[in-house]
Amino acid sequence: MMRQDYEAILAAYSQAGGIPEIFKDSQVAHLVIHKNKVIGKNLVKGLSLEPKETALGVDIQLKVEQGIKIEYPVHLCFGVLPKEGIQEINIKAKIENSAGIKLLAHCVFPNALKVAHKMQAEIEVGDNAYYEYNEVHFHGQDGGIEVIPKAKIKMGKNSHLVTNFSLLKGRVGVFDLDYEAEVLENSSLEMTAKIYGYGDDKIKIREAGRLIGKSSRGLIKSRIAVKDNAVSEIINELTASAPEARGHIDCVEIIQGNAQARAIPIVNVTDEFAKVTHEAAIGRVDKKQVETLMARGLEEEKAVDIVVAGMLK
Amino acid sequence: MGILLQIDKISLNLEGRQILKDLSLSIEEGTIHSILGTNAAGKSTLAYLIMGCCDYIAKKGRIYFLGEDITNFPISKRGKLGITLAWQEPARFEGLTVRDYISVGMKEKDDSLIEKALHNVLLEPRDYLNREVDKTLSGGERKRIELAAVFAMQPKLAILDEPDSGIDILTLDNIVGMIKELKRQGTTVLLITHRQEVSEIADKTSLMCSGFIVKEGTPEETGEYFKEKCIPCPTKIFPEQQDNS
Repeated sequence: MMRQDYEAILAAYSQAGGIPEIFKDSQVAHLVIHKNKVIGKNLVKGLSLEPKETALGVDIQLKVEQGIKIEYPVHLCFGVLPKEGIQEINIKAKIENSAGIKLLAHCVFPNALKVAHKMQAEIEVGDNAYYEYNEVHFHGQDGGIEVIPKAKIKMGKNSHLVTNFSLLKGRVGVFDLDYEAEVLENSSLEMTAKIYGYGDDKIKIREAGRLIGKSSRGLIKSRIAVKDNAVSEIINELTASAPEARGHIDCVEIIQGNAQARAIPIVNVTDEFAKVTHEAAIGRVDKKQVETLMARGLEEEKAVDIVVAGMLK
Repeated sequence: MGILLQIDKISLNLEGRQILKDLSLSIEEGTIHSILGTNAAGKSTLAYLIMGCCDYIAKKGRIYFLGEDITNFPISKRGKLGITLAWQEPARFEGLTVRDYISVGMKEKDDSLIEKALHNVLLEPRDYLNREVDKTLSGGERKRIELAAVFAMQPKLAILDEPDSGIDILTLDNIVGMIKELKRQGTTVLLITHRQEVSEIADKTSLMCSGFIVKEGTPEETGEYFKEKCIPCPTKIFPEQQDNS
């Protein structure tokens, strides 16, 4: 049964854009979880990855030892294959001083009619460390899924943290992301979310960065397209309370049909030598972009698709 | 060579103001036809009207392309017929590479033609093909990519709206060369400009002022008129219009 699940989840992983052969490479660390079962795992030197199965999911302790930089991206695959189910993933990650890791997570729910995927992460990144987390979702066409990722991130000094979230294949369902990061001296934070919602999808995103260290940097970027009756609400928040802290919020939402979009940029600066800027644009696809492509002979619908696909790329 | 585009007594209002007034124009196939005029003469409006942009609907008059009445054709249908427009300030596209942007209008994707088009506008393909057509490009680079895209499309009629604006003097020679190359490849060019020296490459020039065609002829004939009458004119309003106002 576990073998069947493994094969099936890798097939879905492949559809999500992943390369299943990567799981055969002993130099590449990976972890594959179906519902609350760990069905595949490989470790590399310097990386500690301890999953513990729970009633509804898996608790994961991840640690990269001081001074170790994991050479190849670590591949994670989370999924629920049946039509119904719950998966709760709790991650505690610690990237010690001068360590570095890049994670590629594929989350696959191809058959979901009543599935909930909840993720709670506590991430601690030490001084002079590097952490990149990329999460790509692959959903089915029924929209019967609820995705609730939450993360609390603490960064040390001179560190760099990147999160990229994308949900472009299949229905979003109900989505409620909440990431919050604290950034110390000379450290930089980049958070990006790209989502395409349609049908009656509901998208809610809150990404917040607190630039509390001198010369800390923060960039929060959202690219959202909604059509049909989908709704989105994006709250991007940057607080700068230290000298020479710099931040920027960049939110673009495109709406089509009866969709509704809301953007709430929150900028809070409490140090006279800090600066945070923001730009937000919500509306139809830009008319000039569409007409430019139509003047090359494309039909309007195709032109709109190209503009939206480019924005979400 | 026959008439490629025939505009017959077109009038157009924008926000209650008449911009084009009973304007008629014939463009011969296989030629470079320039529209010369000062700012606010209605040149870009004429370009958008011919292209069929959505706010530029003629109040009266007809437009014929190769004898077919295209007055009510949408922009994409005109594009399919082989009409295209290089905007004066082209749009930016996040996530779309120069290669993909140029290939949008091509009947078949041809990398060698894309590269040739970029060379024609003095852009090195290996430096640009994988760059995005976004705000990281300078205004001049973006304009040159627009012209390259028009060249690669090999349209029947290319409307070039001030291709010389925002272009440095060294690149201008190449832009002029590319316009001539467009003609050599069989594309008829409608060249919109406010610079008399650029207009000189045309086979025929129509001088435009306050929504009218005020004079037509060789670039030399219209150029003289432009220098003597239009440039010094304090009102930039065609005398016939002044009389009416």
